Amino acid sequence: MDELDFAAHLGFHVGPLFIGPTVLTTWLLMLIIGLLAWLGTRRLDLDAPSRFQVMLEGVVATIEDAIAAVAPDDARTLLPFVGTLWIYIVAANLIGLVPSLGSPTADLSETAALAFLVFLSVHWFGLRKNGWSYFRHYLSPSPILLPFHLLNEVSRTIALTMRLFGNMMSLELAALLVLLVAGFLAPVPLLLLHIVEALVQAYIFGMLTLIYIAGALQTQKQSREAPHE
Amino acid sequence: MNDLSWFVILSTVVGALAIAIGIVAPGIAMGKAIAQALEALARQPEAEKSITRTLFIGLAMIESLAIYVLVVVLIILFRNPLLEYLLK
Repeated sequence: MDELDFAAHLGFHVGPLFIGPTVLTTWLLMLIIGLLAWLGTRRLDLDAPSRFQVMLEGVVATIEDAIAAVAPDDARTLLPFVGTLWIYIVAANLIGLVPSLGSPTADLSETAALAFLVFLSVHWFGLRKNGWSYFRHYLSPSPILLPFHLLNEVSRTIALTMRLFGNMMSLELAALLVLLVAGFLAPVPLLLLHIVEALVQAYIFGMLTLIYIAGALQTQKQSREAPHE
Repeated sequence: MNDLSWFVILSTVVGALAIAIGIVAPGIAMGKAIAQALEALARQPEAEKSITRTLFIGLAMIESLAIYVLVVVLIILFRNPLLEYLLK
């Protein structure tokens, strides 16, 4: 086993399940983010906020503004889910830059799990706001289009999976190829690109989630407004 | 030449060609989208936020096409499921 590469070989079996490096890195990230959030919110102060508190407030306020720009009425409801996705994916994309750790989002299973969460939560938020009439939008404007709506659900989930996975994996692969061809320190400019791409991809994943959920929330409003006009 | 070397040559050539051709259309589409967004931005600089947001989402949609090509090429090169029939 290579010394430098030990994280890639880490893992153990729980029954038939293999707990690989992806899951371990995810747990590590969850631990770090959770610990930071817990430490940051332990002593909140309105009059004399600590620096860390100001930083956290800035992050949350920025995320809430971004959500409010798309779904003004439901920013508070969507903040926990979309904000968590944003923060987690940024951290997961960037942790690949740490030597001997790989980004968990360069694994198809991880991005598929995230996209599946998005798939479920779109219906969850839609049902919670609109009740069972949420499903009526599958039949609009005409029941003939039902198969296409269903196809859309599947294809956009797969696209969400593939986009994040493909970007993250191809960046790592490109850095590796440059390392093989050009040698030591040559992939550093590519890794700088990796930082930009990691942030952009996290933004896009969260934004698309937000737009899908906003679409599910708005179905009722449109059908209710239609008879008035 | 035996079957396996033909397989290697063909999959390499097809992989390179596929990524070369497959990148062209998303490239043109992205260029068009960015040009239009810049034009809109020049006309209405105050709408910067929503233009940027929509542009990013559109670019992501277009980009995923190129990513599909990349994934298919990687499957052809590294995990070709048809290789089994040749090795049997």
